[in-house]
Amino acid sequence: MSSSAWPAWARQVRAVVALEWKKGFAGKRTGWILLLAALPVMLAAGHSLAMWRRGDWIHTVTGDSRTFAGLFQLAYLRFSIYLGCAVVFANLFRGDALDRTLHYYLLAPLRREVLVCAKFLAGLSALVPLFLGSVAASYLSLMAHFGPRFEEFLLEGEGLAHLGWYLVVTALASLGYGALFLVVGQIFANPMLPAAVLLVSESINAFLPPPLQKLSVVYYLKTLVPVKLPETGPLAVLAADLAPMPAWKAVLGVLLFSAALLACAAFRARRLEIRYEE
Amino acid sequence: MSGGILFEDVSKFYGEVLGVNHVTLAIGPGVTSLVGPNGSGKTTLMNLMTGLVRPSRGQVSVLGISPEHPEQLFRRTGYATQYDAFPRGLTGYDFLYHCMRLHGAARAEAKRAAWEALRRVGLEEAAGRRIAAYSKGMRQRLKLAQALAHEPVVLVLDEPLNGLDPIARAQTLALLKELASQGRYVIVSSHILHELDRISDAIVLLDGGYIVAEGRIGEVREEVKDQPARFLIRASAARQLAAHLMEAGAADEVRLGASGDTAVVGTRSAEQMLLTLNRLAVELGADIETVAPVDADVESLYQYLVGAGGDFS
Repeated sequence: MSSSAWPAWARQVRAVVALEWKKGFAGKRTGWILLLAALPVMLAAGHSLAMWRRGDWIHTVTGDSRTFAGLFQLAYLRFSIYLGCAVVFANLFRGDALDRTLHYYLLAPLRREVLVCAKFLAGLSALVPLFLGSVAASYLSLMAHFGPRFEEFLLEGEGLAHLGWYLVVTALASLGYGALFLVVGQIFANPMLPAAVLLVSESINAFLPPPLQKLSVVYYLKTLVPVKLPETGPLAVLAADLAPMPAWKAVLGVLLFSAALLACAAFRARRLEIRYEE
Repeated sequence: MSGGILFEDVSKFYGEVLGVNHVTLAIGPGVTSLVGPNGSGKTTLMNLMTGLVRPSRGQVSVLGISPEHPEQLFRRTGYATQYDAFPRGLTGYDFLYHCMRLHGAARAEAKRAAWEALRRVGLEEAAGRRIAAYSKGMRQRLKLAQALAHEPVVLVLDEPLNGLDPIARAQTLALLKELASQGRYVIVSSHILHELDRISDAIVLLDGGYIVAEGRIGEVREEVKDQPARFLIRASAARQLAAHLMEAGAADEVRLGASGDTAVVGTRSAEQMLLTLNRLAVELGADIETVAPVDADVESLYQYLVGAGGDFS
């Protein structure tokens, strides 16, 4: 169709991503997604401000590093990233079907498998930078009140490596939960109920039978989080440790889990029929 | 299966509800009208040929391509559906530009094709306005532009005349006729039967999910044996000619016009009636101005084969 340097399918993928951006992903719920990303940053900044005003110098960088691990596991993995993915990815097909505009994608010379991947990429292109920015901002603002001690921890200690791993886990979480909710959005008319059930299942993952544990995103992510939570106290459920595995295995696990879900989404897309009236 | 649009014993059920049943059909180039009452299966047929629904049984092919392969099918097919909805927040131009990008067109080519399609449907001036502010007729024309923009060989249009004012309807019909004259396949459903009649080369008449009749309009009319073919005769001695046709047994019914120079003659043997009419014209010295069939059209065929009770959509 054209003499452009890009192959047609690559231009089509870019077109899907561009169209999703133009439509604004979650529509009226976009504000809520921005709030989900901003909330942990506000919590972290609030903590930092409170510590600074109290002049709490007994507080240690290592201690706050553990505080951030709790914030990350609870506020990001189980709340912001999870819900953000639920809203954006579950709506990629379902939202278009509700708007009665899904057929425009199906009337293009585009393999449905490519459409699924393109929509998935569109969702990632919106959420991954948003949450990466949010996690980095939270980390820096939580520790900022330590001043030079934090600088030393960040640049000469483990700080930068920790931040790097948190960013990797954030990207992988978006990938895994994105793929999960892409399928959920194709199957369920109202994805919020399955989202709630899945959240419970993710939270008690460590207590599930071993084969079921593997059918989860958090199973792989937990071993990648650089700072472990204390096994006592209110976050003990999140801290319950699973059989440790090497980082490469955990990363591969999330990638394979996401690929399997995407394959399932592609299979469903191939069998998709347009029947808006139902 | 090769060229054309072919349905081979195709059935489609929506759960317990019948969409179409045992459809075997071949559609050639030119304008083919799908006609039938509400729920007769017109949209199902269109959705089947474009892959928006899958057959429960049988096979469909469009120019030898299965609708299971959209990446090939929509290089050559365009479909304006019945759904009056567009992606939110877009202008008319944005919509067509993005549709062309989805077709794999490079930016410059997508721009050119979008403007060309807007020009063809007369929406250039409204191109920069949000679709949400368009009238029903403008949205209808935009859907047509979307189906046309990539110059498809097969154009499938579900109720394309809905919501159009008379001028836009005439322009759309002229455009469809022009596309058909270029050898393209134009498949159209509409409830405005007399306007379909002006452009249709063939019809597919549906009722209750079954094909009642299909083919060239004249051929279908000939198959309707239980209804006499009706001809309008305009001649200097129309009344006399009609009387002699009845006497000769060439006409089964006659209706005379008020002015005396027209008569509508019904016959079960058109060939015999026309031969007798020629003979009578010579014998009576009558000057015949017009002899034209008056019920070899989509609307009459619909009345004969489906009946007036059908609820059109």
